[in-house]
Amino acid sequence: MGPLDGVRVVELTDELSAWAGKLMADLGADVIVVEPPGGSRQRSYGPFLDDEPGPERSLYWWHYNTSKHSVVLDGSDATDRARLATLVGGADVLLAAHALDRASFAADNERLITVSVLAPENSVDLTLLAEGGPAWSCGYDDHTLPPVRGGGNQGFHTASHWAVISTLVALLEREESGLGQHIDVSALAASNVTTELATYGWLSCGVEVQRQTGRHANSVVSMPTQLRCADGRYVNAGIIARKPAEFDIVLAWLDSHGLRDEFPLTAFLEMGSAGMEITGATLRDDPVVLEVVMSVREAQEFVANRVPAYEFFTSAQRFGLAAGIVYAPEELFDDPHLQARGWPTAVEHPELGTTHTYPGAPYRFSATPWAITRRAPLLGEDQPLLAP
Amino acid sequence: MDTGGNWSRHQGALRHVRICELSGQLAGAGATRILAAFGAQVIRIEDPVTKGLWDIVRQLGPMINNDTSHEGGSGFNNHNVEKLGVTIDLRKERGKELLRDLVRRSDAVTENFSSGVMGRLGFDYDDLKELKPDIVYVSNSGFGHSGPYTPFKSWGPIVQAVGGLTFASGLPDQQPAGWGYSYMDHTGGYMMAVALLAALFHRRRTGEGQWVDMACMEAAASLNGPGLLDATVNGRPLARPGMPNSNRSQYPLMAPHGIYPTVEPDRWVAIACRDEADWAELGPLLDAPVGDRFADLDTLDKVTAAWTGQRTRGEVVAALRPRGVPVAPVLLPSERCDSEQAAIDWGLFPTAVHTKHGRVRVDGLPVHMSRTDWQIEHGGPLLGEDNVRVFHEVLGIPVDEVERLHDAGVI
Repeated sequence: MGPLDGVRVVELTDELSAWAGKLMADLGADVIVVEPPGGSRQRSYGPFLDDEPGPERSLYWWHYNTSKHSVVLDGSDATDRARLATLVGGADVLLAAHALDRASFAADNERLITVSVLAPENSVDLTLLAEGGPAWSCGYDDHTLPPVRGGGNQGFHTASHWAVISTLVALLEREESGLGQHIDVSALAASNVTTELATYGWLSCGVEVQRQTGRHANSVVSMPTQLRCADGRYVNAGIIARKPAEFDIVLAWLDSHGLRDEFPLTAFLEMGSAGMEITGATLRDDPVVLEVVMSVREAQEFVANRVPAYEFFTSAQRFGLAAGIVYAPEELFDDPHLQARGWPTAVEHPELGTTHTYPGAPYRFSATPWAITRRAPLLGEDQPLLAP
Repeated sequence: MDTGGNWSRHQGALRHVRICELSGQLAGAGATRILAAFGAQVIRIEDPVTKGLWDIVRQLGPMINNDTSHEGGSGFNNHNVEKLGVTIDLRKERGKELLRDLVRRSDAVTENFSSGVMGRLGFDYDDLKELKPDIVYVSNSGFGHSGPYTPFKSWGPIVQAVGGLTFASGLPDQQPAGWGYSYMDHTGGYMMAVALLAALFHRRRTGEGQWVDMACMEAAASLNGPGLLDATVNGRPLARPGMPNSNRSQYPLMAPHGIYPTVEPDRWVAIACRDEADWAELGPLLDAPVGDRFADLDTLDKVTAAWTGQRTRGEVVAALRPRGVPVAPVLLPSERCDSEQAAIDWGLFPTAVHTKHGRVRVDGLPVHMSRTDWQIEHGGPLLGEDNVRVFHEVLGIPVDEVERLHDAGVI
């Protein structure tokens, strides 16, 4: 039983808001996705099971619609429109990716929360991330290469996160007032406020950022943080040492790889270890301070050139140095930490006689756990829910 | 919920909710800033000894009005609007008592320390449950509180790397581009807000509190999209020749689909051609080979770039938008924040008043609610700015005693 157990959401299917429905469904809400005859457009999106298209074979549909129910209704049919009104009349939330005429749905249900996730006409994930800001900040030091869209439909995800947050706020408020309300979510605005210092740096300081390879876009060029390791794979290791104890750790880490004596800049690390005021001001004014700080960076490269990425990651972290291996998404299912935490999630597909591995819980509730309660629904599988 | 009165600064949707916040940086602060904008009373606990600098964002640039002190960080101000700020020295027993009293009067406690820190301070979930059995406790850390990486440290770019997001963002034959900012600080904050609100909702209906252990690595891992199932179901990894190419569309398939140059240096435009109807509009404008547009995507991209490369962003948008083809300029921050009519109409970048720096524009919320909308008027709190208000009004400590606590270095 999830924390949203007992909350009924009617979701008018759309790729922009499908993630919002999934987040609520996996938290226990009873999410009924309404599909048109022939099924949601998402069912025509690849990848497909064994690369064979088909409405029940879309992995896109599978991914974004776990734990939901499906009913089919024809918006051009008066009987079906009345059935939709009845369905919504018994619901807590109506979620749609277009403008909603709240009055037409909430006339008999003032407790209803209506949610419209809105995007400019003819938007796709790419155009949301371009116009909404993220793309400007992502890419490479080489500005002849284009800005990069972050992978994985994050424009849609960001809009959906705000849809869920605002829906939950309205549900909590309704516990006090007994009243529902209407919520507009702007997908473009959602990306606009999800760009960190690109936005607040401009708003509060007039600073305009420029993209840099694998690290924060900034108004000034920063040190690279992405290192290629001996096995050709990358780590992110923006390790910064300021305090003597932090330099001690870097020295101990070098020792653990037997590299302290071999590393040519050990003397600078030792100066850091002996104590030195490292602040924005001294970094600007004293070139030796800069050398000391840079020696940490050099030490990382020195180790990276000699060990594989996973060993770099885990050995640095064992010494308390923040670093991360750049995993390909598929590698997450084999990672020992995520396996120990049970993140890979087995989901049964009984009609296929198979069980497949899905991405797991983004958060762990001690009393009301997240769960995929069922694989994505077959087209119209839950039509009996429409019965009076 | 606290029924003793409305503690928030405005009549928002969450005016009955009090949160004791020990979180910081951007992910933790970003989650509770949303609740504060909806009227929750968020009391931020900071360390007086280090001037709050366990949260480095307090003094991280760019600095407002070039103020390089702990009151100048623009990210701190942006992510802590509408919150109250108090100082407590948790090394002192009297300080711990103050925090215990605050917890007893709170609905939720949030923190994003590395695993183990709260326990060493005497404030892990079991401790808090003793103080308030129905407390909601949300922890947000890079790797969570169980598993072999539990002691590991992280910040946004690191969980983006280990969570698969960095790899998935880039162009072929290049190293990963990753995200040019801490996407997972924002998104980890959003997921933390979802967890916090969902747990508060469950508590409101059942009276049951709980602990949420959120690992940003897992939150990031869950965001890789349907390609994850292509790997587990079809055995097709993203790490394969020519991939990733995140400017191309993976699912659904579109072509052309990319970010293309314009006649102006380093100004770019995004174009996506979803279907044959879009292609019927775009194709005739390009000097394109006739035939299957999916057959040679590299050539299609070159042809598209040759057309956009002779035009400004505005000209490309003007040519395609009326034809219904998805197109957008890659906007600069200055353009998004100051010139975009949609953002202005939305009120997306409100002005908050910071006690030291005065009026500062900040991120607003991309939602509007018809009855109980958000409101952002106050900037991030100065260090200890609300000590009297909170310790006197919330805990009932006489004002002269609050002053003595301050003089004794407890607050």
